Amino acid sequence: MTQPTDSFEEIESAVVRFAGDSGDGMQTVGERFTDSSAFAGNDIATLPDFPAEIRAPAGTLAGVSGFQLQFGSREILTPGDAPDALVAMNPAALKANIDDLPEGGMLVVNIDSFNKMNLAKADYENNPLEDEDFRNKYHLVELDLTNLTKEALSESPLKPAEKVRCKNFFALGFMYYVYGRPLEPTLKFFEDKWAKRLPDVAEANSLALKAGNNLGDTMETARNRYQVSKAAVHPGVYRKISGNEAAVYGLVVAAEKANRELLYSGYPITPASPILEGLSHLKKFGVKCVQAEDEIAAIGVAIGASFAGDLSVCATSGPGMCLKSEFIGLASITELPLIICNIQRGGPSTGLPTKTEQSDLLQALFSRHGDCPLPIVAAHSPSDCFDCAIEAVRIAITYMTPVIFLSDLYVANGAEPWLVPNIGDLPEIENSFASTEEEYVIYRRDSETLARKQAIPGQVGLEHRIGGLEKSEDGSVSYDPDNHEQMTHLREQKVAGIAKSYGPCEVLGDSQGDLLVIGWGGTYGAISSAVRLLRDEGYAVSNVHLRHLNPLPDDLGEIMGRFKKVVVPELNLGQLSFVLRSKYLVDVISYGRVQGKPFKVSELRQKFLEHLA
Amino acid sequence: MSTTTTEENVLTKKDFVTPNDVRWCPGCGDYTILNAVQRTLPELGIPKENFVVVSGIGCSSRFPYYMNTYGFHTIHGRAPTVATGIKVANPDLSVWMVTGDGDGLSIGGNHLLHLLRRNLDITVLLFNNRIYGLTKGQYSPTSEVGKKTKSTPLGSVDHPVNPLVFALGSEATFVARTLDTDMKHMVETFKAAEAHKGTSFVEVFQNCVIFNDKTFESVTSREFKGDQLLVLKEGEPLIFGKEMDKGIKLNGLDPEIVSLGDGVSEADLLVHQPANPNSAYATILAQMTHPAFPTPIGVLRQLEGRETYDEALCKQVEDAQSQGEGNLQGLLTGKNSWVVEG
Repeated sequence: MTQPTDSFEEIESAVVRFAGDSGDGMQTVGERFTDSSAFAGNDIATLPDFPAEIRAPAGTLAGVSGFQLQFGSREILTPGDAPDALVAMNPAALKANIDDLPEGGMLVVNIDSFNKMNLAKADYENNPLEDEDFRNKYHLVELDLTNLTKEALSESPLKPAEKVRCKNFFALGFMYYVYGRPLEPTLKFFEDKWAKRLPDVAEANSLALKAGNNLGDTMETARNRYQVSKAAVHPGVYRKISGNEAAVYGLVVAAEKANRELLYSGYPITPASPILEGLSHLKKFGVKCVQAEDEIAAIGVAIGASFAGDLSVCATSGPGMCLKSEFIGLASITELPLIICNIQRGGPSTGLPTKTEQSDLLQALFSRHGDCPLPIVAAHSPSDCFDCAIEAVRIAITYMTPVIFLSDLYVANGAEPWLVPNIGDLPEIENSFASTEEEYVIYRRDSETLARKQAIPGQVGLEHRIGGLEKSEDGSVSYDPDNHEQMTHLREQKVAGIAKSYGPCEVLGDSQGDLLVIGWGGTYGAISSAVRLLRDEGYAVSNVHLRHLNPLPDDLGEIMGRFKKVVVPELNLGQLSFVLRSKYLVDVISYGRVQGKPFKVSELRQKFLEHLA
Repeated sequence: MSTTTTEENVLTKKDFVTPNDVRWCPGCGDYTILNAVQRTLPELGIPKENFVVVSGIGCSSRFPYYMNTYGFHTIHGRAPTVATGIKVANPDLSVWMVTGDGDGLSIGGNHLLHLLRRNLDITVLLFNNRIYGLTKGQYSPTSEVGKKTKSTPLGSVDHPVNPLVFALGSEATFVARTLDTDMKHMVETFKAAEAHKGTSFVEVFQNCVIFNDKTFESVTSREFKGDQLLVLKEGEPLIFGKEMDKGIKLNGLDPEIVSLGDGVSEADLLVHQPANPNSAYATILAQMTHPAFPTPIGVLRQLEGRETYDEALCKQVEDAQSQGEGNLQGLLTGKNSWVVEG
C-alpha cells in the first residue's frame, strides 16, 4: 500500500475506466471526467463502451457499460491500453473489467453492491473482495457508495431511490479528488441540464459530487493523488469534440462554403444516429432534415434533393450501406454530388452494433453492380471527421460524384480536444452549374476534372432528363456498345483523377527504412503511438495513414518501394492489404483483429517488432 | 443561377414533347396517358421549368424521357423517395411521379405508403395494367386471383391489392381513378390532382396490349361500359347504367345496386361527397369492384387543409431562422471552450 501523502505526484498521463450497470450512468460520468480534463488543459482520448441492449438485466455481465479515457500533459492519441484506475460499481462490472487492470492499479469498488444476489449474477461463487490475494494485488479503495450518497443527500427532498441514483456522481467526485480535477465544468453541466426543470436533481447531484470529492480528504486510504499538467499545444480556442459532432459541423460548414442548402436524410441506426439528431437541431443554419422510412428512402431523398441543387447527405452504418447499394449506383451513373457516411460497426449483418470495426472498406469500394468506382474518404480521429466531411464535400461537388465517408464507432463516439478552426480560413468549394446562356449538354465534361455541369430544376431552358439507363453525351438513352464502354471509362477516369488534387502523402518518420506501417481510419492513434515508441527505441520504422482510400494517393506505390517490409494493421481480416496487394503487387503483411475493440499500442509495438527483427 | 420564370409565354402541348422516339408497344395505353399529361401541363399556369417528372422502373416509368421537362428516371419502386427529396429541396416545383402497379405497389409499396401519409404536395399517377410488362408478362400485385402467366402457370394464388384502398388506408388526401381510354376524363382528373394541395393519388386503368389485353374491358368497351362504369361527380347521386336508371344505395355499411323507379328515387341514393373527412365513404366506393358492382371513376376523396410535409418542414426551418440566423463560428466554438494562450 502506498503511503498517504498530502501532495500530488506529478504524472505525464493517466488512464481511468468507469464501469457499471448500463443504468448506472457510466457514460455520463465518463463524459464529465473528459470535460473536466479538457478544462484542465490536458490532451484526451476517450473510449465509450456500452452494450447493444439499452437496459440488459441489472447486475448481469451483459449489462456492463464502460467508459475509458486517457488524459495527459503530452500528446494523447489513444484512450490507453490498460487503466491505471478502475471504478467498478458492481460485481459484474468488476468481473468484466478486472483482467485489464494491472497489478498495483487503483481499484475503486462500490461495496454496497457486493451482496449475494449481485455476486451470483456476475457468476462469482465467492466475494473476490474477501480474498486476501486479490486485496493485495491492487490498490483497493472500498466505498460504501449507496450509503455515503444517501447520507450526503439526507436533506434532499428527493425520494430514496432517486438519491441512490446520484451515486455515480459521488464516485466521480472521489475520482476528481484523486486526479485533482476541477469541479466547475460538472457543476455547470448540472446547472445547464437540470436547474430549470428539476432543480432538486441538480442540487442533489452537486451535493453528491462535492461529498465524493470531500471524502478524499477525510479518508485514510486514498491519500495518493496525481497531478497531470496542461498539455503543450498550439495556442487557440479549444473544445472537446466527438467524431459524430465533428462530422455534423464539417457538413454544415461545407454547405456554407459550397453555397448550397444542406439536406440531410437518414434512418436511425447505431452508431450513426447522432448525426441525424445533431443536424436536426441546426435548423437555424438552414439545415433541412428528413427522417426517412428506411435506409433506401434516406438515400433516395438525398439524391432527389441533390438533383434539385442541395448539398445532400445521408449517414448510416454497414447494414444500411447494404440497403443503399442500388441507389449509390444511380447517383454514380447520373453523376450527382452526394455524401454517404458509413459509421462502421462490427459485422456482418447486425453483428456487433455497439462495437467498433473497420470492415466495410471492400464494401465501400465494390458493393455496386457494374464498374462503379467511387471516392472514399476515411477519418482517423474524432476531430478529423470535421476535415474529412469537408474534403468529401469538396470532392463530391468538384467532381460531380457520390462520395463515401468512412468513420467508425470508435472515432464517432470517442472525443478529444479540438483546436476550433476559423471558418474564414477554410477554402470555398466551387460549384459548376450550367448556364442558361449556353446550350446544355448533360454529360459534356470539364477537361481537367471530367466533371459534368449541373442544371437545377427551375432554371429556364435547361430542362433535361437523367436516369439509371446509360446515356450518350447529350443525355439521350443509349444502348450503343461503344458509348457504354466510353462512358464507363470516363466515369472511372474521373474518379481516378481525383488523386491529382491531393497533396503528397505525409510520412511519419523517415521516408525510407526497414518497415512501413500503413493504416487508415480510427487505428491512427494506436499505430502512430506504436511507431513513435519504436522510433524512440531507434528502429527504422515509419507510418503512412491514409485519408483517401479511393483513389489511393499517386505517390503511395513509390513510398512503399522505399521500405523493406510493409505491414498493414486493420480491424478487419485484411481488406486494405487486399487492395494494396492487388494494386501494387507488393507482398504486404496483414495484421487483422476483429474483437470489436481498438488496437492496443503495446500489441502493435510487439507486432511491428516481429517484422523488424 | 437563374431561376426566372417564363410566365409571359403561353405554353402548348408541343412544349412538352421531346424529340426522343417513344418506345412503348404500338397500341399501349401509355401513349394516351402521355398525350393527356402533355395536354394538361400547359393549362396549369405553371412555368415549364418548374415541372419535374420522376419515375421508378417499368414500362410506365419511361415516362420522363418523353416529357420535355426536368425529369428523373430512378430505380425500381423508389420514385417516391426521390420525388420527396426534390420537393423538400424546392417546394416551388410541380413534381409529378409516374409509377406502375408493380413499381408502386410491390417493390415500392413501403415508400408509396409514406409519401401518401406525409402528404407531400406531389401528384402521383399509378398506371395499373395488372401485369409486369417490361419483364414480359408475370402476374403483378394487382392481378386477379387465378391469373395464369409465365410465372404462375396454374394461376396466381395471392389476393390482389386494391390501389385505391391502399391509398385510402395510407390516409391520402386526394384519391382518384381514371381511364386511359377517356382523354377528357384524364385531363380533368389530372388538373384536379395538380390543383390539390397534398399528395394526389391517381390510379389510371391502363391497357397492356401485349401481356394483359382487355383487362379493363368491362369499363372501357362500348359494349359493357354503359352498365359497368360509375362516373363520380361531386354533389350528385351515384347513378349509372346505359339508361342512367340504376343507382347505389347504402344498406347499413354495404353498398347496394338499386333500380330507379318502383319506389326508389334519386333521393334514396348515395350522394358523392369526396370532401367527407371520414374515409369510410371513399373506401366503400373503392371496394366496389367488377363484376359485383360498377367501377367508379373520378375523384373518390379530396380532403383539403392538411398541412403538407414540404410546407411543414420548410416552415420549421424558416421559423428557426426568423429568430436570427445562426452564428456558425459560435456553433463550432460551443459553450464549453477554453483558450490556450500563446
